[in-house]
Amino acid sequence: MITAIAFYLLAAVSVASAFMVIASRNPVHSVMFLILTFFSAAGLFILMGAEFLALLLIMVYVGAVAVLFLFVVMMLEVDFVALKQGFLQYIGLGATVAVVLLTELILVGAAYFAGDGNTATPPNPDESNLEAFGHVLYTDYAFFFEASGFILLVAMIGAIVLTLRERDGVRKQDISKQIARTREDAVEMVDLKSGEGIGS
Amino acid sequence: MIIGLTHYLVVAAILFTIGVFGIFVNRKNVIIILMCVELILLAVNINFVAFSTHMEAVGTNEPLAGQIFALFVLTVAAAEAAVGLAILVVYFRNRGNIAVEDIDMMKG
Repeated sequence: MITAIAFYLLAAVSVASAFMVIASRNPVHSVMFLILTFFSAAGLFILMGAEFLALLLIMVYVGAVAVLFLFVVMMLEVDFVALKQGFLQYIGLGATVAVVLLTELILVGAAYFAGDGNTATPPNPDESNLEAFGHVLYTDYAFFFEASGFILLVAMIGAIVLTLRERDGVRKQDISKQIARTREDAVEMVDLKSGEGIGS
Repeated sequence: MIIGLTHYLVVAAILFTIGVFGIFVNRKNVIIILMCVELILLAVNINFVAFSTHMEAVGTNEPLAGQIFALFVLTVAAAEAAVGLAILVVYFRNRGNIAVEDIDMMKG
């Protein structure tokens, strides 16, 4: 019973805040509602028995992606009110597509699982979700794990390369210029008679 | 009252639909479109985890594979958000606005 209450609460909150993500006028509010959506989705994951992924979702999304979105939203000075105009122009088309899509998804699901009230398979009592996860991830899926690490590396380098900007008027060390410098460029030998000075 | 697989699938379907709907409705704001993509990926992840936790371990199949795949989806989603927002920042620096309707330089 408590599971049902928790499920309906989390599901309602996640759906409502997901709707507010697309409906709110201020993008900062959208990001906040996105955080709320991911939080309640993490709750759903815990209800299903996938604790590790739930915590990972909070870490990755609330800790990293949402902050990134917030940073970009606040950094770009854009007239967001003007961006929101024409909202009603597309609402008919969008609503039609949405209703058709949702009906199809639910019909397919209902037809496939008609009369099937199965529950979650009970987790193995000897092994926590995290341990089981690690046993599979580092054996069967080790190469995929490394490939995903590589994807993150490429994304990191890509983001840095994209946003790196060469500015004018910044004093920087140019190593090849330093190495190419010879004694003749830097030092001039002058013969001086004593008592006359360089007489410039 | 038993909460079964179908309940989770319906939530995921609704979230997916909201994501697609958001892309249609917010045609002018790239940031909201990126957030809608994240919502769609979240719906996919809920599906993966639901099937994974409701699957019987019969024979050689591995029920945790669904959760592993959700982990990879999470990774790719994070990478996509980072690169997408970086592109957005560069675009804003060059053009001064991020209106989707003006992004037609390549006339595709």
